[in-house]
Amino acid sequence: MARIELRDVAKRYGSVEVLRNIDLEIQDGEFIVLVGPSGCGKSTLLRMVAGLEPISSGDFLIDGERMNDVRPRDRDIAMVFQSYALYPHMDVARNMGFSMEIRKDPVAERKSKVAQAAETLGLSNLTDRLPKALSGGQRQRVAMGRAIIRDPQAFLFDEPLSNLDAALRVEMRLEIARLHQKLSATMIYVTHDQVEALTLADRIVVLNGGDIQQVGSPLELYERPANKFVAQFIGSPTMNVVPVIGTDTGVTAGNGAAIELPDQPLTAQAKELGVRPEHIDVVDNGTGDLSAVADVVEHLGSDTNIYVNVEGIGSMMVRKHGNIPVNSGEQLGLRIQTENAHLFADDGTALRPVA
Amino acid sequence: MEGKPVIDRAQKTVRPGETRARRSLYLQYMVEPFFYLSPAILLIGAVIMIPLIIGISYSFQSIELLKPFASGWIGFENYVDLWSDRKFWIAMENTLFWTFWSITFQFLLGLGLAMLLNTQFFGKKLFQALVFLPWAVPTFLSALTWAWLFNPVIGPLPHWLAALGILSEPYNILGDPELAMWGPITANIWFGVPFFAITLLAALQSIPGELYEAAEVDGATPWQTFTKITLPFLAPMIAITVMLRTIWIANFADLIFVMTGGGPANSTQILSTYIFTTAFRKLDFGYASTIAVALLVILLIYAVILLWLRKKLVKI
Amino acid sequence: MSAVKNPNPALIVGKYAALAFYLIFALFPLYWLLKIGLTPDALIYSEGTRLFPSEITFSNFTTVIFQTDFVAYFRNSLVVSLGAAFFTTLFAAGAGYAFSRFVFAGKRIIIALMLVTQMFPLLMIIAPIYKIVAELGLLNSLTSLIVVYTAFNIPFATFLMQSFFDGIPKDLEDAAMMDGCSRFQALCKVVFPLTLPGLGATLGFVFTAAWSELLFALMLISKNDAMTFPVGLLTFVSKFSVDWGQMMAAGVLALIPSCLFFIFIQRYLVQGLTSGAVKG
Repeated sequence: MARIELRDVAKRYGSVEVLRNIDLEIQDGEFIVLVGPSGCGKSTLLRMVAGLEPISSGDFLIDGERMNDVRPRDRDIAMVFQSYALYPHMDVARNMGFSMEIRKDPVAERKSKVAQAAETLGLSNLTDRLPKALSGGQRQRVAMGRAIIRDPQAFLFDEPLSNLDAALRVEMRLEIARLHQKLSATMIYVTHDQVEALTLADRIVVLNGGDIQQVGSPLELYERPANKFVAQFIGSPTMNVVPVIGTDTGVTAGNGAAIELPDQPLTAQAKELGVRPEHIDVVDNGTGDLSAVADVVEHLGSDTNIYVNVEGIGSMMVRKHGNIPVNSGEQLGLRIQTENAHLFADDGTALRPVA
Repeated sequence: MEGKPVIDRAQKTVRPGETRARRSLYLQYMVEPFFYLSPAILLIGAVIMIPLIIGISYSFQSIELLKPFASGWIGFENYVDLWSDRKFWIAMENTLFWTFWSITFQFLLGLGLAMLLNTQFFGKKLFQALVFLPWAVPTFLSALTWAWLFNPVIGPLPHWLAALGILSEPYNILGDPELAMWGPITANIWFGVPFFAITLLAALQSIPGELYEAAEVDGATPWQTFTKITLPFLAPMIAITVMLRTIWIANFADLIFVMTGGGPANSTQILSTYIFTTAFRKLDFGYASTIAVALLVILLIYAVILLWLRKKLVKI
Repeated sequence: MSAVKNPNPALIVGKYAALAFYLIFALFPLYWLLKIGLTPDALIYSEGTRLFPSEITFSNFTTVIFQTDFVAYFRNSLVVSLGAAFFTTLFAAGAGYAFSRFVFAGKRIIIALMLVTQMFPLLMIIAPIYKIVAELGLLNSLTSLIVVYTAFNIPFATFLMQSFFDGIPKDLEDAAMMDGCSRFQALCKVVFPLTLPGLGATLGFVFTAAWSELLFALMLISKNDAMTFPVGLLTFVSKFSVDWGQMMAAGVLALIPSCLFFIFIQRYLVQGLTSGAVKG
């Protein structure tokens, strides 16, 4: 098991800097999820940890030892690829046992380990098949089997579920969570799907444009996003963000509605107000902070999504638990749960009460 | 090569920070491609590039094996001679004629064959192997075969042509200065159609099938589908293939050399056969190199124009 | 008038007529070669233009094989073509791999140089190569032919191999390296087995090209015992200028290896070019 540290790591291709100032400490046994939009550098970072991409500058350490110049094969890290990268010319058993074959481990040991891993992943009756004869989910399992068989210091996952259909994705997500509980190994997981990030991670690292935006537990990111990017990236549906003018006691929205924010200091610097759809209450017309017209209403049974138009502000979204009897075109009052509101300064950073 | 250190390191397992491991991964990434490339580069450099430079330098020298005492640097004298060499201009004209008609027929027949091969029919695999066969026939043998086919004594072609009224009587067109060039051109078409068919077939197969389905849904006629989808998709491949093939055919001396030797009366003498006969019949290497440089310049200009056109016309 | 699934019968007739045309055009010259080779000497002139000979004989073939230097030519060509094919494929695989997998300084220049080698008149360097080979004392040696053919075929073979490598996901090597391979091991254990069709196609392509090369062989080889097929057959032409039957028989025999190779590889050639074409 391993503690992984990145100290001021950067990655450049020629003069283009794709990652900069990456400082990250990953504890032994921790499940870290790297999340961000495509092109943010998350996969590059993972490949640098794997040793598949050289590190341009900074230090990369495993258990306190600098590993920048150690080749992938000597890092004792296993990786599950997005494409699974199963060797097309080898059957399932050989695919899973390939690392032991390369290390020239005894055949008997290899066989028993392969059998054991196949058992764990429910692949026992498929071991003599070629990858092309497997379904997507089965291939995914083989790719995981190939990783766990080595009992490595750390596991890396590069968007492992993105090629699966929705139902299978949920199933495999659980499988990975179970795997982590069972092995309690260090895991680094890359995804662009925030649901995977929120459900799997001990801590999430949000990346954008080559910078770390925030590191924290799922709840931390949800409750106290460091900036507007994280606020909008984490949480589904997306947080509503509206431009406001800060006053001493609250903010004034574009339509002139004043919203008192007693829990928030620094309101005077606020340029934008962020409220999650689930943190807006629907109240009688004429009361609350804002008056709005329901545009589209989606009844999901467990929840109701209301897309509203607020005059002078634009469209916002409200989500309420249960079935709310609202019809399209209806006039509504909206009340913002001020204790759950977020304020952002000019540069997008969140304004927070000083703890 | 790399085998030894690999074994070492596997036994040592993870020893970071040690002097050996310090050899930066970066350095390795910079050096490794050249490990794979070097044999190819060395050979090309030694066998093609260096002789090429020497060859160009020959064109500024007098190197006639028959006049060993007259050799030495002579500046542009060879080029001046070239300008007033009537045979050179005839050969140039013949080169254009030879290249243009060869490439036109090769391309059209090749495109037709590729489109046929892109459909389904019984025995397609065997058919494909058989129609591609001419490409595998050694060129000298194609040349000999066609020379024999055009020979009225043992070949049927003159008799057929006479029966069709194209020839007044069955004689060998390779001996007729008016028609001789069509002999090698026919052989060249026969030999070159498979190449076009193979490359165009590859390009055809890479056109996504949904496009054709979409066109069908939109009510396009087969001809519209061909001109609006197939041709634009093939265009980049066509441009490259036609360019490479034109250059190759202009340089291609084997067929003419074996079938007519440039005759009769220089009527089939193209630049590359002229180079060959100058070098190895007259043993005048200097002048042969001068003709070769001229041909190279013409081909370079041609390639630049075609690449420029491709950039302008091909939007994909 | 659009989506009628039954195609026009005239189109079908036209299609099969076109197929027949291509087939006859491709095979008739080869048939003629075989026909004259099989015709008894006495009938060559009297039946010169008949489609089918009234009698056939294998005597031309046996004469060519047992009473001429044919076997020596055949052996020389085999040595040269196999040698060139082997080395070209080996080096081109390396170069194609480097182009496919690495980004490195000078890559564009090297590719451009390789393209240039496909462009200029080979005749231009025939004289310098003759001089160099003569000075090295390698005239009339098969080695010099192997070296020259290898160098000339490397550029095209490299592009061909590159397109095959491009068709193999990079993830596979990365996975192999994570599994404990060095890059070279990953190449041998994972990439190499998957490129076998590509290697076969390249091998066959170079073999065919080397088998039929005439000009360099003509120039670098003048001794009978080192002659390759093309050169040998040309001497046939001058030596037995009237013995059509034997020449044709020799021609048929010369065709066999390259045709065998070609029938084996042509499928992979289309495949290799397809993966390249996708990238434009």
